[in-house]
Amino acid sequence: MTQKLPHKDAVIIGLGWTGSILAHELTDAGLDVVAIERGPWRNTGTDFSITYAQDELRYRIQHELFLRPAQITVTFRNNAQQTALPVRNWGAFMLGNGVGGAGVHWNAETWRFLPSDFVLRSHLTQRYGAGFLPQDMTIQDWGITYEELEPHYDAFEYLCGTSGQAGNIQGKIQPGGNPFEGARARPYPTPPLKQGYGHALFAQAAQQLGYKPFPQPAGNMSQAYTNPLGVTLGQCTYCGYCEWFGCANYSKSSPQTTILPVLVRKSNFEARTECEVTRINLDNTGKRATGVTYVNASGEEFVQSADLVILCGFQLFNVQLLLLSGIGKPYDPKTGQGQIGRNFTHQTMSSAIGFFDKDQYNFNPFVAAGAIGMCIDEFNGDNFDHTQAGFVGGGYIGQVQTNGRPIESTPVPPGTPAWGKQWKQALRDNYLSTIVGGSCHGSMYSYRDVYLDLDPTYKDRFGRPLVRLTIDFHDNELKMSAFLTDKYAEILQKMGAKQIFKKPRKGPYDVTQYQTSHLNGGAIMGDNPGNSALNKYLQSWDVPNLFVQGATAYPQNAGYNPTGTVGALAYWSAAAIRSQYLKNPGPLVHA
Amino acid sequence: MRSRRPLAATLTAVALCATIGGAGAEGIDKQSFNQVEKGRYLATVGDCAACHTLPGSGHELAGGRPLETPFGTLVAPNITPDPQTGIGAWTNDEFVNALTRGTGRHGTRLYPGMPYTYYTKLTRDDALAIRAYLNTIPAVHNAVKSNQLPFPFNIRWGMNIWDALFFKAQTFAPDPHKSAKWNRGAYLAEGPGHCGLCHTPKNFLGADKDGQRLQGYNLQGWFAPNITNDTRRGIGSWSVDDIVSYLKTGDNKMTTTTGLMAETLNLSTSKMRDEDLKAIAVYLKDQPGQNDKPGAAPDQSVMKIGGQIYADECSGCHKSDGSGTPALFPTLKGSPAVQQTDSTTLLRVVLRGAEAAGTDKAPTASSMPQFSWILTDDQVAAVVTYIRNSWDNSAPPVSAGDVHKARQAFVERSD
Repeated sequence: MTQKLPHKDAVIIGLGWTGSILAHELTDAGLDVVAIERGPWRNTGTDFSITYAQDELRYRIQHELFLRPAQITVTFRNNAQQTALPVRNWGAFMLGNGVGGAGVHWNAETWRFLPSDFVLRSHLTQRYGAGFLPQDMTIQDWGITYEELEPHYDAFEYLCGTSGQAGNIQGKIQPGGNPFEGARARPYPTPPLKQGYGHALFAQAAQQLGYKPFPQPAGNMSQAYTNPLGVTLGQCTYCGYCEWFGCANYSKSSPQTTILPVLVRKSNFEARTECEVTRINLDNTGKRATGVTYVNASGEEFVQSADLVILCGFQLFNVQLLLLSGIGKPYDPKTGQGQIGRNFTHQTMSSAIGFFDKDQYNFNPFVAAGAIGMCIDEFNGDNFDHTQAGFVGGGYIGQVQTNGRPIESTPVPPGTPAWGKQWKQALRDNYLSTIVGGSCHGSMYSYRDVYLDLDPTYKDRFGRPLVRLTIDFHDNELKMSAFLTDKYAEILQKMGAKQIFKKPRKGPYDVTQYQTSHLNGGAIMGDNPGNSALNKYLQSWDVPNLFVQGATAYPQNAGYNPTGTVGALAYWSAAAIRSQYLKNPGPLVHA
Repeated sequence: MRSRRPLAATLTAVALCATIGGAGAEGIDKQSFNQVEKGRYLATVGDCAACHTLPGSGHELAGGRPLETPFGTLVAPNITPDPQTGIGAWTNDEFVNALTRGTGRHGTRLYPGMPYTYYTKLTRDDALAIRAYLNTIPAVHNAVKSNQLPFPFNIRWGMNIWDALFFKAQTFAPDPHKSAKWNRGAYLAEGPGHCGLCHTPKNFLGADKDGQRLQGYNLQGWFAPNITNDTRRGIGSWSVDDIVSYLKTGDNKMTTTTGLMAETLNLSTSKMRDEDLKAIAVYLKDQPGQNDKPGAAPDQSVMKIGGQIYADECSGCHKSDGSGTPALFPTLKGSPAVQQTDSTTLLRVVLRGAEAAGTDKAPTASSMPQFSWILTDDQVAAVVTYIRNSWDNSAPPVSAGDVHKARQAFVERSD
């Protein structure tokens, strides 16, 4: 028996970063807002208390904070010739669950994309000619510019308290920062984190090789910070339990540490947790959302009507919900027609391990933070001439070792037995003097045959088809990965490593090997309904009272972590809703 | 004096008033915005809601939750204008007498859980303003059995003796030697604000120990700290602005608010005017502290163990030098809360954890996790003794026996 609930001005699906930001902005505008969240409520003090938060087995190995595949999963295949099978244990990416979403378990690298990333196809075509791009590469411009987004990057960074060193303030290049970044209006809100020995040594070597190293922008606080909402974060203790963990010290930017304490005080905000939205409902024209249907933990079904629906789930589930709700036209890889599911991307990660002389080097790898590290950006995006490279794209390269946690941090040189006395001795000899956390954070551009759709066979507990991932690496990305990995290995060499083992990304795409949780696309933004699901304000072209937040909107992925841009887009979209949509509900861009 | 109108006439008047919109007895004018607004503010200063509103009931001032006293349980009655179960039928004199004299409607004595021992300082004008405000809130029909004390305390007559011993009816008289600000602060703190109800030690019959005013008192599983100008245990190291910030937002440069004071903050002090908070601060800063000399240093072996536990379990947030982070992790160095003679609050926070109060101005509301499941009695005793005696702090050591007793007491508490 479905129960109809009293009408709300806005319903938000998912209470992570974007859900929290949109809820805050819309309640500030006076709207009566309800957020519906699949997972539980999570508080720092009760859910990742300092007395047990640093438990690698519980959180890293047993996935405490993540969605349980038994509740909902996805199916995977490399190409359309294969039959996709359900993922039964998360591997290549992690799917957050509960209030705060991935904002709870991230490392807190808080990057901006390059100005050229937002106009990628025009930029590359202009510089290298139309024939330079692979035939099946479907990259495109975002329909928005870096300059438009800059104030909203700023808003997100000042919400988070991001620690970093600006590289470009109002067009003026700053010493010690990233000289390639787009111009920013003002410095980061807090100074960069202190760096460990390994990170500092990387910077020194990079400098000797002629690069311009800079500290990675971090949502781990270099000092206590009170944000514009009046919420205070503490100083990071460099405990090295960030990614996969909630921060027990209030020192990692998350919805819990920046925005929820203000949101929960508002009388026009309500959150319903452990409630799963099963469908966005449309009226009989199919052009207007009337609200959502959801099921609570007791299996009772409710209909929540609302004037405005804001889809703020994780990228995969946003796409799944659009497909299940019949919003937009599903993508067909044969014809290239249809927008929902198109331009699905992930990341192309690689690294190299450097073994150093244990008598000369002690890196104390356990003194670390999620976004600690020194990076170079010479080989990201189109910061270098690709004419002879044989590929497009790139990524930042950094010594960004985030931890020395005991279960996973077991670096031993190749050839060492996998267990027993010799393994133990090798670990003893190498734990402190090995750089394992280096990262080549490569972009992944979009292709015609990488996409999402509904699985024809496997269904969730409500009988709804699971979302199916069809994804593989293309030569362009694999060449890029090899190139970045070589560059990183050169720096390791310069640092003084006695042995280096390169680990460039190799195909095929393996769903069991962790890369990052940076899944993108599937309902992308653009400048017309023929090339995108959303307009530049993240408003659905098909259903104008529906806005879809998050990396779902990325036409392709850049060589950075995506969260800074997710936050900026959320503020950008919220500003458009507040200043334009609420005054005159309807399409903000006329096709 | 109580009205001597015949009962029937009173009831008629009440019924009539009810039909014209619940206006109160004796024609207090609901339209008198100034009087009603003044009363609303004084009811906020007096924190009537803390006792008279049952949290979560949605019925403002319609009867409260059980109030624990050393003698048994009292429940604050319904003070909405409901004529049968509230105070709608009361005359103004009856109301003023109850508020400022502890005299019930028909001459019975109130228990001093109702702080008439403080409200006696109220001027009649202020008392009538509160009445005027109470006349404007929705009448709720809710019969409350207030007196749930065991024998012999349930015999109200006994309160005549108590009052004769401990109660002096006396409207506030300004001290001509002090500033207007000091006098305003004294009026608010000693009258409607009734700070001493929690913060002044009580004798065996529950009356304030006059010689120890505002030096701290153990109640409801907390120790309401010393708020004299004592530099170590009181607010001596706080500036007037620090006190105002604490009362307004819950935070200041050293500490944050939890426990019973969090409720007072939310319902009362955060809603008070800045100049009134300043006046209270000026008055409190003038209450002499004891400033006794630091005691002997505790056993160094205990301090060593405590220091090691502190480094492992506490220093991540409170920092190795006890400096903490304003608005997030309270400072332990120089903290009055840490150095109270009675360690109840400190043990409670360590064993059970605590959540700071959030306010609109300081919304962070951080949490202290509970350590009862990690640390033994000996370990808690060591770390608490260490905190009480490091960074120039000084307070009596805490024994494993103290911790054991506290642990037992907290287990039994549902709040």
